[in-house]
Amino acid sequence: MENPIIIKVDNVSMKFNLSSEKFDSFKEYVIKRIKGQVSIEEFWALTNVSFEVRKGESVGLIGLNGSGKSTMLKTIAGVLKPTKGTVSVIGTIAPLIELGAGFDMDLTARENVFLNGALLGYTRSQMQGYYPDIVEFSELIDFMDVPVKNFSSGMVSRLAFAIATIGIPEILIVDEVLSVGDFQFQEKCERRIQNMIDNGTTILFVSHSIDQVQKICNKIVWLEHGHMKRFGDAEKICDEYRRS
Amino acid sequence: MSVFIQNFIRFRPLLNELIARDIKIKYRRSVLGVLWTLLNPLMMMIVLSIVFSNLFKFDIENFPIYLLSGQVIFNFYSEATNSAMTSILGSASLIKKVYIPKYLFVVSHICSSVINLAASFSALILVMAAMRVELHYTIALACIPILLLVVFSLGVGLILSAIAVKFRDIMHLYSVFVTALTYLTPVIYPMSILPGWMVKIVNANPLTNYLTMFRNVMMNHTVFEAKDLVIGVIEACVAMLVGMYVFYRNQDTFILNL
Repeated sequence: MENPIIIKVDNVSMKFNLSSEKFDSFKEYVIKRIKGQVSIEEFWALTNVSFEVRKGESVGLIGLNGSGKSTMLKTIAGVLKPTKGTVSVIGTIAPLIELGAGFDMDLTARENVFLNGALLGYTRSQMQGYYPDIVEFSELIDFMDVPVKNFSSGMVSRLAFAIATIGIPEILIVDEVLSVGDFQFQEKCERRIQNMIDNGTTILFVSHSIDQVQKICNKIVWLEHGHMKRFGDAEKICDEYRRS
Repeated sequence: MSVFIQNFIRFRPLLNELIARDIKIKYRRSVLGVLWTLLNPLMMMIVLSIVFSNLFKFDIENFPIYLLSGQVIFNFYSEATNSAMTSILGSASLIKKVYIPKYLFVVSHICSSVINLAASFSALILVMAAMRVELHYTIALACIPILLLVVFSLGVGLILSAIAVKFRDIMHLYSVFVTALTYLTPVIYPMSILPGWMVKIVNANPLTNYLTMFRNVMMNHTVFEAKDLVIGVIEACVAMLVGMYVFYRNQDTFILNL
């Protein structure tokens, strides 16, 4: 029996307006509008992308820079609303889109743990339970009362990764974040993700390292200039991608 | 609607964290810490009441209290709407990367202002006690005009935050507007010194109504009139509905303009 569909991307298109002149002020806007100079260039970051992800699958998104990978992930995470089409997601999402996005640099690491936990929808008491695990995984036990602005970028991403991967989320979105930290930590991250896959978490994975994608994913979505070029089994498409 | 409520429950802890963050950052590295929320308005009030008991003599009983109660109300409105206005812009980095109901940022700023309001209200009570002004039981009714004012400010804050994302000008414009509003609200002066045409303008200001209700229960030991209450409720509801409408219409485009 096949697993139920957990993410359904249906004919999604995403349009950005690249206004040739950016105006931040009302006066400029009115003047330009009257003069008829508001020329808006449309840019379609995604056009008619459709695919389905079943529970427990790990799907890799590949493509060159600017092919719409991150936009795709953001629409799935609910950050962006697609211009056309729909994205339906069943279940909780743990986004690892940009590590440390939710950090407040003035707060200490400990306070940030709770703030970020709340961003993911965890209560304070739930976070209390996860706290030792986060400290242990990020290897920052001596630094938990230091404001995050004094952290090195490696420390920030270690902490962020540890927070974002607490519990067993139903869907994990990973956007080129595994390139952080030393190789030991990278391996630790990969092990953790692998562990989640084994526990039935659905993974959406973006990376420029095709080897990493092949190692983790069993399905691939290949995007090119916002169009979906291929969707299917990892092995075949990875080989094709390498040759192109 | 049920999705909305579910979402709210899910992000309820986040609201607490955001409010806690506001307060923590404000008083970080100060020795007295959170005590400043109370001390600051208290000291301000002491200065003002010393100055105004000797300087200006309007024929108002307890002029310092008249002035301070005006300030409590007006400062809340000004602080709440100003911080709400920049709340979306200030959280740009977060909104771009994580899905969060966006109104939470506005609500959290209004809530932190409410905490400050509670502190300055306590300071006002202390000053009143120190000046041997009678504390009448009607003071308990002060929560009604305050609640209405909070809803009103939230509505205005939602409108401003949505506009500020698109047009940053509103921030500069609004600071001028608030200054004008200070003088269109009877904070410093009694209504009786105004010429007739001014009275109309000042009365049209929703803040005047809330302030009058507040002063009635605080100083005059009278309960506000039903008419004032109804007007206050209507104004708060209208502000809130317009705010929600404007905010919901625009919230999906926020990310494109941040």
